[in-house]
Amino acid sequence: MATQISPASGTDRHVGSPRSRVDGPAKVTGLAKYAAEFTAEGLVHGYIVTSTIARGTVTAIDTAAARAVPGVVKVLTHDNRPDMSEDPKSYQDMVGPPGVPYRPLLDANVLFSGQPVAVVLAEDFETARYAASLVKVTYKAETPKTDIDALLGEAYEPPKKRDGIKPPPEPWGDADGAYAKAPIQLRQQYRMANEHHNPMEPHATTVVVEEGGTFTVYDKIQGVANTQQYLTGAFGLKPEQVRVLNPYLGGGFGGGLRPQFQAFLAMLAARDLNRSVRIVLTREQMWSFTYRAEAVQTVSLGADRDGTLQALRHDAVHGTSHYEDYQENIVNWSGTLYACDNVKLTYKLAKIDTATPGDMRAPGAVSGLFALESAMDELAQDLGKDPIELRLINYTDREPIEDKPFGSKALKACFTQGAERFGWAKRTPQPRSMREGRELVGWGVASGIWEALMMPSKVRAVLTGDGKLELGNSTGDIGTGTYTILTQIGADSLGLSMEDVTTKLGDTSLAEAPVAGGSWTAASSGTAAMKACREIAAQVFVLARQMDDSPLANADFERVVFTGGRIALADDPSRSVAITDAMKAGGFDRIEVVGEAGPDSDFAKEFECFTHQAVFVEVKVDEELGQVRVTRVVSAIAAGKILNPKTARSQIIGATVMGIGSALHEESMLDHRLGRFMNRNLGEYHVPAHADIHDLDVIFVDEEDKANPLGVKGVGEIGIVGTAAAIANAVHHATGKRVRDMPITVEKLL
Amino acid sequence: MNRFDYVRAGTVAEAVGAFGDGARFIAGGTNLIDLMKYEVEKPGRLIDITRLPLQGIEEHEGGLRLGALATNAKVAYDARVAERYPLLRNAILAGASAQLRNAATTGGNLLQRTRCYYFYDAGTPCNKREPGSGCPAIGGVNRIHAIFGASDQCIATHPSDMCIALAALEATVRVSGPDGERAIPFAEFHRLPGNAPEKDTTLKPGEIVVSVDLPERGFARNYTYLKLRDRLSYAFALVSVAAGLELDGDTITTARLALGGVAHKPWRNQEAEALLVGQPATRETFAKAADLIVAEAKPQSENGFKVELARRAIVRGLEQAAAGTPQSLSDKRIQ
Amino acid sequence: MLLDTSPPVSADTPIGITLTINGQRRELQVAPWTTLLDLLRERLDLTGTKKGCDHGQCGACTVLVNGTRVNACLTLAVMKDGAEITTVEGLASLGERKGSNALHPIQEAFIEHDAFQCGYCTPGQLCSAVGMMGEGHAHSRDEIREAMSGNICRCGAYTNIVDAIEDVMQHGAAR
Repeated sequence: MATQISPASGTDRHVGSPRSRVDGPAKVTGLAKYAAEFTAEGLVHGYIVTSTIARGTVTAIDTAAARAVPGVVKVLTHDNRPDMSEDPKSYQDMVGPPGVPYRPLLDANVLFSGQPVAVVLAEDFETARYAASLVKVTYKAETPKTDIDALLGEAYEPPKKRDGIKPPPEPWGDADGAYAKAPIQLRQQYRMANEHHNPMEPHATTVVVEEGGTFTVYDKIQGVANTQQYLTGAFGLKPEQVRVLNPYLGGGFGGGLRPQFQAFLAMLAARDLNRSVRIVLTREQMWSFTYRAEAVQTVSLGADRDGTLQALRHDAVHGTSHYEDYQENIVNWSGTLYACDNVKLTYKLAKIDTATPGDMRAPGAVSGLFALESAMDELAQDLGKDPIELRLINYTDREPIEDKPFGSKALKACFTQGAERFGWAKRTPQPRSMREGRELVGWGVASGIWEALMMPSKVRAVLTGDGKLELGNSTGDIGTGTYTILTQIGADSLGLSMEDVTTKLGDTSLAEAPVAGGSWTAASSGTAAMKACREIAAQVFVLARQMDDSPLANADFERVVFTGGRIALADDPSRSVAITDAMKAGGFDRIEVVGEAGPDSDFAKEFECFTHQAVFVEVKVDEELGQVRVTRVVSAIAAGKILNPKTARSQIIGATVMGIGSALHEESMLDHRLGRFMNRNLGEYHVPAHADIHDLDVIFVDEEDKANPLGVKGVGEIGIVGTAAAIANAVHHATGKRVRDMPITVEKLL
Repeated sequence: MNRFDYVRAGTVAEAVGAFGDGARFIAGGTNLIDLMKYEVEKPGRLIDITRLPLQGIEEHEGGLRLGALATNAKVAYDARVAERYPLLRNAILAGASAQLRNAATTGGNLLQRTRCYYFYDAGTPCNKREPGSGCPAIGGVNRIHAIFGASDQCIATHPSDMCIALAALEATVRVSGPDGERAIPFAEFHRLPGNAPEKDTTLKPGEIVVSVDLPERGFARNYTYLKLRDRLSYAFALVSVAAGLELDGDTITTARLALGGVAHKPWRNQEAEALLVGQPATRETFAKAADLIVAEAKPQSENGFKVELARRAIVRGLEQAAAGTPQSLSDKRIQ
Repeated sequence: MLLDTSPPVSADTPIGITLTINGQRRELQVAPWTTLLDLLRERLDLTGTKKGCDHGQCGACTVLVNGTRVNACLTLAVMKDGAEITTVEGLASLGERKGSNALHPIQEAFIEHDAFQCGYCTPGQLCSAVGMMGEGHAHSRDEIREAMSGNICRCGAYTNIVDAIEDVMQHGAAR
C-alpha cells in the first residue's frame, strides 16, 4: 500500500500548512471542559488535608470537629479508610520509576511534606474546605533531609534502571587521563533549582459512579490509559469497569504523566461512599508531588588549543525520593552531541525527603544541556573562539554512544540560519563590549538536543456514509495541537475538508495510545492515523471501482488522488467518484479501521534519531542594578517534517518562555529544617509574565527524516532544551559574570 | 475559609458599630479573602463597607483627599493624581495586576499584610500569625525579608507599593472609630514589629480608614518610583524606591525618599533626606545619602544582597528624580 | 436584597442576591463565603471561568464585573449584589456581530493568532483583554504586555496573545 500521506492536489493539502486549532472555538468560548468541570448527581466534594512535616509519623488525627460540620459526609484517614491493597505492584503506573509507589492513606508514615493525611468529604466544596481546616493532626517528627549538598557523599548508582531511560554508557577512551594532558582544561560545577510544573489547571479527578459497579473517571492526566491502569491495579477492577476521560488538559509539561494521589483518593472515597466524588488540588498542593529536582553536575572539558575536545566528563547527582528511584537522562546528551575520543559520563541519585520528582518538559536535557552548553561557552571564551565555531569543530554526524549515523541532523543548518536571522555576525566577542545606555547587551548561543521517539499507538478511523471521518485514540492533546494535526492528516488522506473530520482524544473507550509525552505523539498517533486513513482509502477505492460504469473501473490505487471528497484519476481528474457515492453503491454506512504504528525497528538498527536546536538570545542587563531582560530569542529547530507550522511554532515559543523561567525566575525554595517548599504559590514562585516576554522568533529548518512515513520527529520539548544555557551565556557576554546556578536572580549579578 | 457572619454597612457609624472581637472590615478583599483561604485570617464577622460613601477623590486643603474606598485603579488614573502626584500614580501602577487594582481600595492597600512565606503557611510557626510561636524565617528562607527595623520576633516586610509613595509624600491617614475621628501621619500609621509583630499598624480596634489626605506638595516634576523585583511585572518588590525632590537649579531644596521591600513599614531615613538638602543633585550626593541609609541595615542569612541593591537603587532613583526621568511602567529598561 | 442597615446575617443563613450574568438576571441564595468564582463554577455550571490559583496570582478567573476586569476568586458573591457579570461564555454577546454563532473579535483573533495552547488561562486572558481595551490605557506592545501581566500563561503563548490583542485594537471587528 502506498505510504505517502496525500497524493492530493496542493489546494487541499493541510499537512505542512499553518492551520488554526480545531479545538479553538471550544477553548475561546469556555465550552472546553477540564477534569474538575464534569459533574454528577449527588456529587461529593473532597478536600485533602496535608502533612506539615516531611518525615515521621502521624500519631493522632482528631476529626471530630470536622465531622460535626453540617454537610460533611465523612473524613477518611489511614485509621478509618476502607481496605486497600498494600502490594506496591498494584500501584504501578505506565511511567513510574523503580521503587515502591506512594500509597495514599496506607499508614501513619509521612514520607514528604504535603503528603495527604486525611480527606474531608462533604456535600459542597466550601464545606469540605472549611471542615478540612478543623482536622487536627499530631505528629512524631523526624529530622528531614532535603539538602542535596549534604547528601552528595551518599549518592548511589540506581540499582534498577527506569524503563525508557538509558543509563550512562560505558566510558570510552580515558577521559581522566586525556583531561590531565589537555592544554586547555575546564572543570566547573553547575546546578539548577528545584522547579515545579505549575500547569494553570490544578490536578483534579472526578469519579462518577455508574450502574453495575462501573465508574467514569475524569482525570487530569496526559494519557487516560495510564489512569485506567493505575486505578484498576490499585482497586482490583477490570478495565471495562473504569472508563477514563480527559478531553482537555490545562497544561501538563510532564506533571500529568503519572496519576496522582487525588485520583486514588477520589476513587477510594467513591467506592467507600458509593457516590460520585470530585477532588481538586489547591495551587499550594501542586507542590506536593512531581517536580524537576535539583541536579548537581560537574562538567570537565579538556581541549586542544584549536578547540578539539580531547576529554569530556559529565557527572551528575540528582535528587529522588526515599521510596522511588526516579531517573533522567542528564549526562548522556554530552556523549551524543559532540565528537570526543575520551568520554566518561556518570549519573547518581541522592535520596531526599520530598515526593518523587518527575518528568518536566525535556527532563534531563534541560539540566544537562544547561551544564554542557554553559561549559562549551566557557571553553570558547578560554580559547578565544566563537562559540558556534567551537561547536562546529566538535560536530559529529555519527551518534557516538551507539556509533551509528543520525537518521537526520540539520543542526549545522540551525546554526547557519539562526545566526543569519539573529545577526550573530555583528557580535563583538569580548564580554561587556556591547551596551546601550545603562544596559549591557549580551548575545549568547547554545545547542539543544532531544530524542525523536515513537511509541506503539493505535488510532481508530471511522468513515461514515455522509463522507465524514472520525479519528480517535486515548492519548491527550495537552495543548500541543494533537487534535489539529490528526484532523489535518485525516483530511489530506481522504481528500476531505478539515470540517468533515472530527478527532476525539482522551477516552479509554477509543483506540489505545500512550501518555502524551516525550514529543512522541505526533510521530506515533500521526502515523497510526495516516495508516488507518490509507486503509480506509483503499477500501473506499475498491467500492468506487466496483460501481456500475465506474469512471475508475480499471484504475490502480497508486494512480488515484483523493481530493474534494472525491476519488479521481491522477492523470485525468475529470474521471472521479464521490466518496459518498462509492460508500452508498457498496452498501456501506461506515468503514472502521484501526491503524497501528510503532517504532521502525529496521530504521532504529541503522540510525539514531534526535531533534536539534540552535538558540540565540539577546539579554540586556542593567549594569548597576542587575536587572536582566531577555529582549530577543531566535530558536532554530531541526525536527523533521513540521505538520502544522502554526501550532508547532507555538510549541517552540512556549518552551522558550519556560526556558526563560528556568533561567531567570523559577525556584522552589526548600526550608531544609522543615523539609518544606516555602514559596508554594504563583505570587512567590515566579513564572514568566507577559511583561517578561519580548520578541521570540522560530525557524524550522528543512530536515528529511525517514524514521516514520510522516517524517515527523516531534517539537514539544526541543524548544526549551538549550534556552537556559543560551541565556546564561548571553548574561556572561553582557556582564562578564558566569552564573552556574540557575535561576540567575539579581543577587548573582550584583 | 472559616464560617462568618456578614454585615453590610451603609454608614461609617454603622460599620464601626458592627465591629467586635474577631470582626474585619472588607472592601476590595484582595488580600483578606486570600488570607482567609489559607486560614491565616479567620474573622467571625465580615463587615462589608463597599457601600459607604468613601469612594470619592476630592480637593482638600490644597491637596487631594482620597476616599478610603477609591480603588487603586481609580486613584492611579485620576487626572488630578496624574498631574499633581505622579509618584503616587506610578507606585500604584507598579503593584499587583490590573485586575487586583480594579478591586483593591486605598484603605485596604494600607492594610495589606506581609508576604512572608511562613506567615502564609499555617503549617509553620509565625509570631505575626500566632504570637509567641516563633519565627522560622530567621535562619530560614528569607531572601525577601527585611534588612531594616526587624526584631528577633519578626523579619517580615510590608508589601505595598502605594504606601511607599504615600510615605514619601507625607500623606495623612484619617480614621474613624469608636472614639471618633483622628488623623495619623503616614509615618506613624505602620509600625515596626518589635515585640508585637501581630500588629502591622497603629489602628485601634474598630477604627476604619476613611481617607488618605495628600498634602499640597506633590513632587510632580522630580520624582520616581523605581521597583526591583524577581520578574518584570506582577511581583512584589525586592527593593523599591519612592523619591521626590524639589530643586533650585541643581541644588536640592527638599528631598523625600522612602524604601519598599526592606522593612516592616515604608522605610524612611530623615537624616539622609536632610543630608540631601542644600547639596548639588549629583551622583556623589546621592551616594552619600544611600550610604547613610544602608549603614544601619542588618541583613538576614539569605538577603544580604538587598543591602547593596538598596544602596544602588537609592542612587539610581534619586538620579531619575533629579533628571525628571521617572521610571517607565511599561518600558522595563531602567531609566 | 439586604437593606443598607442590614442586621448581621448569621453564618448559617444564605443571603438572597441578584446578579445579571451574561445578560440573564438571576435571583440567588448564597453563603457569605461563596466566591463569585465558586458560584459560577460550582452552582451555575459556568465552568468557562477557571480556577488556577484561587488567590489572585494567575488571572485565570478574570471576569468583568460591571464592565471592569477583576479576579472572581477574590470576590465574594454577596458583595456584588446587583452587579452585572460577564464571563467568557457571555463575551460573544459583547461583540459587534451578535448572533448565536458569532464570536467576539478577540475570540476570533485568539484562534487566528494561536494565542493559547492548553486553553486553561484563555477565558481569563480574553476577559482581561476586553477589560483592558475598555480601560483604554494600553496602546503600545509594551503597554499591552504590562496591562496583561495579571494573566499568567504557563504554555507561554504570550507573544501570540499580544499579537491577537493588537490585531483587534487596530482593526476591531473589521479584522
